[in-house]
Amino acid sequence: MSSRSQVYLLAVIFFALGIGLTLYKNQSLGFPLLPGQSEEVWTVESKVTFEATGDPITVSMILPQTGSNMTVLAESFSAPNYGFRVKEENGQRRAIWTQRSAQGPQTIYYKLDVVKNDEPSSLAPPSQQKPSSLTLTAAQESRAKDFLSKIKASSADNLSFSIEMVNQLKTSKESNNRSVNSEFKKKSVSELSLILLEMEGIPSRLVRGVSLEDGRRKQKAVDLIEIYNEGQWIIINPKNGLEGTPDDVFVWQRGGVSLLDLEGGVKSKVRFSTIENDQPAKTVALDKSNIEQSAFIDFSIYSLPTESQSAFKRILLVPIGALVVVLLRIIVGLKTSGTFMPILIALAFIDTTPLTGLAIFLSIVSVGLWIRGYLSRMNLLLVARISAVVIIVIGLMGFMSVISYKLGMTQALTVTFFPMIILAWTIERMSIIWEEDGPKEVMMQGGGSLFVALLAYFAMTNPVIEHITFNFPEMLLVILSITLVIGQYNGYRLTELYRFRDLAKGQKG
Amino acid sequence: MLFVKPSLLKERGIIGMNRRNVDYIARYNDRKLYPIVDNKLITKEYAKKHNIAVPELINSIQYQFEIKQLEKILTGIDKFVVKPAQGAGGKGILVITDRKGDIFYKPSGKEVTFDDIKRHISNILSGLHSLGGKTDVAMFEKLVDFDPVFEPYSYEGVPDVRMIVFQGYPIMAMLRCSTHESDGKANLHQGAVGVGIDIKTGRSLFAVQDGRMIEKHPDTGSAFSELQVPHWEEILPLSAACYEMTGMGYLGCDIVIDKNLGALILEVNARPGLAIQIANDEGLLKRLKMVEEHAPKSTSPEERVKYSLEHFATD
Ligand SMILES: Nc1ncnc2c1ncn2[C@@H]1O[C@H](COP(=O)(O)OP(=O)(O)O)[C@@H](O)[C@H]1O
Ligand SMILES: [Mg+2]
Repeated sequence: MSSRSQVYLLAVIFFALGIGLTLYKNQSLGFPLLPGQSEEVWTVESKVTFEATGDPITVSMILPQTGSNMTVLAESFSAPNYGFRVKEENGQRRAIWTQRSAQGPQTIYYKLDVVKNDEPSSLAPPSQQKPSSLTLTAAQESRAKDFLSKIKASSADNLSFSIEMVNQLKTSKESNNRSVNSEFKKKSVSELSLILLEMEGIPSRLVRGVSLEDGRRKQKAVDLIEIYNEGQWIIINPKNGLEGTPDDVFVWQRGGVSLLDLEGGVKSKVRFSTIENDQPAKTVALDKSNIEQSAFIDFSIYSLPTESQSAFKRILLVPIGALVVVLLRIIVGLKTSGTFMPILIALAFIDTTPLTGLAIFLSIVSVGLWIRGYLSRMNLLLVARISAVVIIVIGLMGFMSVISYKLGMTQALTVTFFPMIILAWTIERMSIIWEEDGPKEVMMQGGGSLFVALLAYFAMTNPVIEHITFNFPEMLLVILSITLVIGQYNGYRLTELYRFRDLAKGQKG
Repeated sequence: MLFVKPSLLKERGIIGMNRRNVDYIARYNDRKLYPIVDNKLITKEYAKKHNIAVPELINSIQYQFEIKQLEKILTGIDKFVVKPAQGAGGKGILVITDRKGDIFYKPSGKEVTFDDIKRHISNILSGLHSLGGKTDVAMFEKLVDFDPVFEPYSYEGVPDVRMIVFQGYPIMAMLRCSTHESDGKANLHQGAVGVGIDIKTGRSLFAVQDGRMIEKHPDTGSAFSELQVPHWEEILPLSAACYEMTGMGYLGCDIVIDKNLGALILEVNARPGLAIQIANDEGLLKRLKMVEEHAPKSTSPEERVKYSLEHFATD
């Protein structure tokens, strides 16, 4: 394989890998591609209240299950004086609070932050149909059978049957007419539906949820029913007969297990309050992947301490600067003094802001050039001369800071962000170019360097680019692949179209 | 027009920097051979081994403490050139053409003292003019006494012939004449004039300065159209032999013509510039392709010169 096709192969692999990882992180882990995106995080607080009777107390509440339509980012339990543990029992998590004895009203809080997850959770199929536990009176049974056969006639399959049934139950309950509802006194639409579905032999279960409404307090849990149809669980909302998980409901628990069990107390109540708040999408994604323990994130920059992370933020911008230099040198053909000096200047510009940076840079370099001109007459060895220039540059920097501070121009204090070795080398190189090639070349190369540095600065401080390089370091692979491809570019540079302008005419004829 | 359409340049076979670097230098010049051409002292050694004529080396200075002996080194020497062994582009070259006592003279007539020379050498040793700024050696070379034919075309300096040699075939040539602007050195970007030379006849084609066509020498006023490079038949095999000497497939050699010694190799470049295309008003690509695709692999410089004479004449 020729070296050229090797380069292209590598470039394609790197490019695909970089884009692929980026999309994975964006699509699956939810890292936002653009800065400033936020996501709705719901804070749900459940409050358990009861009257203690003085006996030993055991409170057991079911906790949100995996397979919910929301991911729990954080949870906290608060019940002073209570012992607390979480118990896992055939796939269900329950919180258990215990106390030897208490009197009077008791309150227990369980608070959690949740965020929507759009992954459709695949749920286990229903377990073997257990023998019916229904005990119905003869009147109830006949009324129900009647009702069911009517529904059956006007439906096509299990799903349409269930929806039609829920709708019928709802309307007849509202109109309060003598129908199946009245036979089953005090039963809600969802409870009734579950009984009827069991009679009909359609696998079904109760789904308990919390309705998400910003600022809503003291609400009860909402009941939904879920039927198993063609290998899939489908939620039906008994309130409106709509199928599918409602957008504004946090599915807490599936199956008919009790929400709260209480020993040693009476008049127990569970009430929910919900608040919506917007959080940066990245924070949410990070919390999420922490909980899901994604190895990909575990071995990323995010696992570093925050301090090193912010150092990396800067370092990860350097490839962007390098790309700008590569583009301007190879495609445009600009001359710069020192290949990567413009990047270092650009990094300094980030701290100083470009305008102040430019002013500081130009004034120090020109004063330095003037002093260097004097030094060159003193017959110094090169290393000693550069060191002398470094020392003078530092002196100049200090002098400049003090004077400008006294004059009230605090921006000039940022002068320390310029690496002084770079300043000294620039002065040295520029003075040699001045001697050998004249001031025109100094303007060309110095101006070229500053121009490239400015462009690199604007590229590096672009909020989108900054966001992407830090949050998707795998984009480094994409930059690498672009650099590899440009390294193979053998076309004309923009400046050559000017340089060879006379050749187009053809002097010969 | 300020810019030319890339398609026009392509049509004329002009190669740009990127193409030169990627398709020729990187492909045909082995990196480990670079020291042979990047260090002029080593170039001289290799030239000796291959019986290639070069200007005589008078002396060299490697350490700062040796600078003290400059007076001794220069006793009885009035005309010489000091240059960094690893310099390029005419940087750090000091040409001395005359001496009166302790005062030396540059071609422009400017006076130079011992102290000036010492400082210059000290800078050379520190690597000021050298590739990558590494420490260097200062070399003293005999001044080339150039052929009087060039008198009208060169101002205060020695003209040299730049020849592009591809896989041992001389493919394009240019004479470089110093000007007042270039301070006695024949390097184009320092302001020297480049004159395209017909490979077959050694006669001038076009002249350019600073990238633009000119008719007459800016300082002497002589028209370039009359120019005929002497010893042309000697220059071609000499440049072709640089291939065997360096082993590099794409090179540019600088040849000076001494009144008494004839053609001498001044230096060999692994990254020759592209302005030669402007001076010849022709792109390199056609000739490069010709050699790549059709020229026989020959080990004899003379045979290769014959091929070049046949195929690379400008008509
Ligand atoms: N020995 C010499 N005698 C006269 N002129 C010289 C001599 N050596 C160099 N020069 C002048 O300096 C120019 C550059 O020299 P060269 O050896 O090619 O160095 P560089 O690698 O810097 O181009 C030559 O074109 C010539 O004009
Ligand atoms: Mg040269």
